Amino acid sequence: MTTTTTPAPVTPTTKSDERKSREARRRFTGSSITTVTWLLAFIFFSPVIWLVMTAFKPESLAASNPPVFFFVPTFEQFGAVLAGGAGGYFLNSLIATGVSTVLVILLAVPAAYAVSIRPVKKTQDVLFFFISTKMLPVVAVIMPIYVIAGQLKVLDNIGTLIILYTAMNLPIAVWMMRSFFQEIPAEVLEAASMDGAGLIKTLRTILMPMVTPGLAATALICVIFAWNEFFFALNLTAANAATVPVFLVSQMTSEGLFLAKLSAASVLASLPVVIAGWVAQKQLVRGLSMGAVK
Amino acid sequence: MKFPPFRAPTAHPDRAGSRTGLRTTKLLAVAAAAALALGGCAPAGGDQETIVVAIVANPQMRDAVSLQDDFKSKHPGVDVKFVTLPENEARAKITASVATGGGEFDVVMISNYETEMWAANGWIDNLQPLADATEGYDTGDFIPTIKDALSYEGDMYSVPFYGESSFLVYREDLFKEAGITMPKNPTWDEIGEIARELNDPAKDFAGICLRGLAGWGEVMAPLDTVINTYGGQWFDTDWNAKLNTPEVKAAVTDYVDLLHDAGQPGAATSGYGDCITRYSQGKAAMWYDATAMVSSIEDPASSLVAGKSQYAPAPVKETEAAGWLYSWSLAIPSTSEHKDAAWDFVSWMTNKDYIKLVGNQIGWERVPPGSRQSTYEIPEYAAVAKAYAKPTLDAMYSAKQSTSMVNPVPYPGLQFVGIPEFQDLGTRVSQQISAAIAGQKSVDEALKQAQQYAEPIAKSYQEGGK
Amino acid sequence: MANTLVDRHNLKQHARKEPKDGDGRSKAEGWRRRGPLLPALIFTIIVTQLPFLVTIWYSLRNWNLLRPDGNQFTGLQNYVDIFMDSTFRSSAVNSIVITLGCVFLAMVLGIIFALMLDRKFRGQGVVRTMLITPFLIMPVAGATLWSISMLNPSFGLVNWVISLVGIPPVDWTASYPIVSILMALVWQWTPFTMLLVLAGLQSQPKDVLEAAQIDGAGWTKTFLWVTLPQLRRYIELGVLLGTIYVVNTFDQIYLMTAGGPGTASANLPFYIYQRAFLGFDIGQAAAMGVVVVIATIIIASFALRLIFRSFDAKD
Repeated sequence: MTTTTTPAPVTPTTKSDERKSREARRRFTGSSITTVTWLLAFIFFSPVIWLVMTAFKPESLAASNPPVFFFVPTFEQFGAVLAGGAGGYFLNSLIATGVSTVLVILLAVPAAYAVSIRPVKKTQDVLFFFISTKMLPVVAVIMPIYVIAGQLKVLDNIGTLIILYTAMNLPIAVWMMRSFFQEIPAEVLEAASMDGAGLIKTLRTILMPMVTPGLAATALICVIFAWNEFFFALNLTAANAATVPVFLVSQMTSEGLFLAKLSAASVLASLPVVIAGWVAQKQLVRGLSMGAVK
Repeated sequence: MKFPPFRAPTAHPDRAGSRTGLRTTKLLAVAAAAALALGGCAPAGGDQETIVVAIVANPQMRDAVSLQDDFKSKHPGVDVKFVTLPENEARAKITASVATGGGEFDVVMISNYETEMWAANGWIDNLQPLADATEGYDTGDFIPTIKDALSYEGDMYSVPFYGESSFLVYREDLFKEAGITMPKNPTWDEIGEIARELNDPAKDFAGICLRGLAGWGEVMAPLDTVINTYGGQWFDTDWNAKLNTPEVKAAVTDYVDLLHDAGQPGAATSGYGDCITRYSQGKAAMWYDATAMVSSIEDPASSLVAGKSQYAPAPVKETEAAGWLYSWSLAIPSTSEHKDAAWDFVSWMTNKDYIKLVGNQIGWERVPPGSRQSTYEIPEYAAVAKAYAKPTLDAMYSAKQSTSMVNPVPYPGLQFVGIPEFQDLGTRVSQQISAAIAGQKSVDEALKQAQQYAEPIAKSYQEGGK
Repeated sequence: MANTLVDRHNLKQHARKEPKDGDGRSKAEGWRRRGPLLPALIFTIIVTQLPFLVTIWYSLRNWNLLRPDGNQFTGLQNYVDIFMDSTFRSSAVNSIVITLGCVFLAMVLGIIFALMLDRKFRGQGVVRTMLITPFLIMPVAGATLWSISMLNPSFGLVNWVISLVGIPPVDWTASYPIVSILMALVWQWTPFTMLLVLAGLQSQPKDVLEAAQIDGAGWTKTFLWVTLPQLRRYIELGVLLGTIYVVNTFDQIYLMTAGGPGTASANLPFYIYQRAFLGFDIGQAAAMGVVVVIATIIIASFALRLIFRSFDAKD
């Protein structure tokens, strides 16, 4: 963007001229920043564009050098992916993500309520414990989980994934819900309890509506992480409970051309979460900025 | 996402809190139980049996998946579910499952590396009685070297889906153009010379493609055959680790140098799949790899060089032959609860009719090669495989330790060492080799580290007196 | 200033003395408060802590899955072995480099993108949508997209782009494995930090900014002395959450380099996975897991206390 360095217009003579030129310059700088913004965003986004383009190519053009930018798009790869039994994997992902998210919310809301509105002793230790489980490498426990699941005959079982995904997302959910509860002004609750409303009623009729946006944000984050989870799915599922990331990996063969088909599968696999994230951008910002917003 | 509609209690708020907790716990227990039940239920439709088959995601296996309707029409009582994964992942999952008795699979795809050890551990079933009782199955038809490699105490514990050795493919058209003739039994020195002459990096054209990707089933497979023919070995008959001998050093140095001077770019991360892509895009003059390559590079649908290649035996140095022996085969874990249905499937996928089915339905160049001798007598197959049928069979028949190794060794296997520790040892050594190919280490450093990995294992065998 | 419930509550707690022990009312009160927390707590303990106890048990045994005869108690031998293992050490270094590198780069890029988005311009919504997308792409898809479509030495898009300015093709994942992994990771996590910083920027009181501008402070000064300090919390939060997720990176390494060439790009999670699912050396893998957990707890308790302090500090 060489234009940004262009010198200011010729020397102004009067005060009003000067103001005008400053105004112009600002507008000019503004528009060049906008241009840079668009350019950077485009560069950053270009892998996604490339992924989508590759998904619409015939296999013979996908791995070509130099890259092919103009071609007749084909739905062939999407058809092949869908015909290859993707449905079952999507259903499994849907169940694992949906049920685990509901469980997480059911567990996290009371817990967050307890640590924020009615702090128990050592609240910080509890929160610390929750978040510290998130830091533990899952690889450290995968073998015991595998062996235990094998003995309980729950390998390759969606229920196993649901429980693990619930545990995986619970700490973050507690943290997020806690921060949303903390935003509720004290007067609201006090007014409610003076009316003689019970605690549960208060929680249900007054507190929950106030944290609903936060709840949506929390659920969205849980959905993203559960839908995208790969490690547990890879190691603990086989034919019955395999989820979409496993399906994606199974599209890679050690032989032959597979790039276009893999790209089509990638697009399909990412689509639900991408659309959800696009639609709920505002919630995403709120959800992620948990705790920091008070 | 709404909070569950608890009924608002009329009780004192003090009590309400604890009740919330209790109810939540109950609710959770129910939800978790429901979740478990959800995944646990198998389609229970009368006598319908479901078997789970774990296979490696290679094209021939995918063909089998696409032909499953034929199996269903012959065995309407059996539902088949496939788990298809790339080689390394498949191996990890299958081994973990079989070794811990995880029981997820009724049929697993393994190789001649695992079969004997797993049979000895009692992890997989003896298939010989089942095979003998199946009319027309004919285990005597399997290629003898393969049949031997899949047997334990004289019985077959897995049956081959396809078998392979290794050979050298080269672009006959380009060789003619350049006025080069391929020797009848090429040596590595001759191959090195030709590769360097034909190499043209400016045109992104490699003189030779060789695997460099870490993994005992990747770079170690071709490299071990080079080590064997150079007179190297992993262990001597007294179980001394031998990875830093001059012979091994010479073999690895030549391999690494050849890749460096005339190999494909990105050699250190390219495996079998990358080499297929490169060679079938016409970006390499030669390629030394599995005989099974033919079904990809001779397939006009995916290859730009179909029909332009000729095949030479595996290059040698000190031995008369140098090819490897490998087979993807099917076995039934002893934990399977559907053994008859599993055998129905295994026998369907490995019998003579299956070969014809592939040939008629998909194409004769896609037939799984190297398992049955009768395959090579089918006229249609002989016609499409004119260029490579004989080289493949020759390589497979001569793939024995006695013809491909200089010194005797205490372990089974050509391109692998048939001991349980090898998966790990081979992988770690291959990582060192891969680092040497990438230029991050010298060959000497890599082999020194490799020797250190091998020594404790050697010691455990010396002590065990095995 | 007590404008939220918690503040009120804390004030009240301070005002009234803790009731004496043995008081029935205080017991009930305790349960009333603790009750809602328990299901989540118990669930987390069962699912995350019990398997870890089993891991400790495994770590004291010489158990190779492939040799069913060898499962014996060996004491601390596995721990001795892993401290002699140079790959374990190099994996630890890689873990640190990948985590710090990714979090730092993602944070810098995230701040830049957030500043660009924090002004009105044509197509703002579209640009924001474009910028958050990499975070939403499935990591497995992102990893294969980078390793194959973008970075492949013969047909990757990146090599084509650099060839336009005359740079010869680079074999990214083989020659610069960590850089390649960082590309995919930073690409995935930048939107995350960007969103956090954006939330911080938008919660900035405009009057402070205007006051700074009236004082005649330039953009750089305003940013350094007014904006950045106000963003501190958000940046810390981004660093904390980013670290938690990035330190456990598995997908990208597994799919892009498989830890290679050699073990050049293996981080601890990947190396432990390899020991367990390739070596089937359960004892040693478990011992590595235990060591990593202990190290994580030590580092995490420092980091968390730091963050907690800044979170709960009342201005």
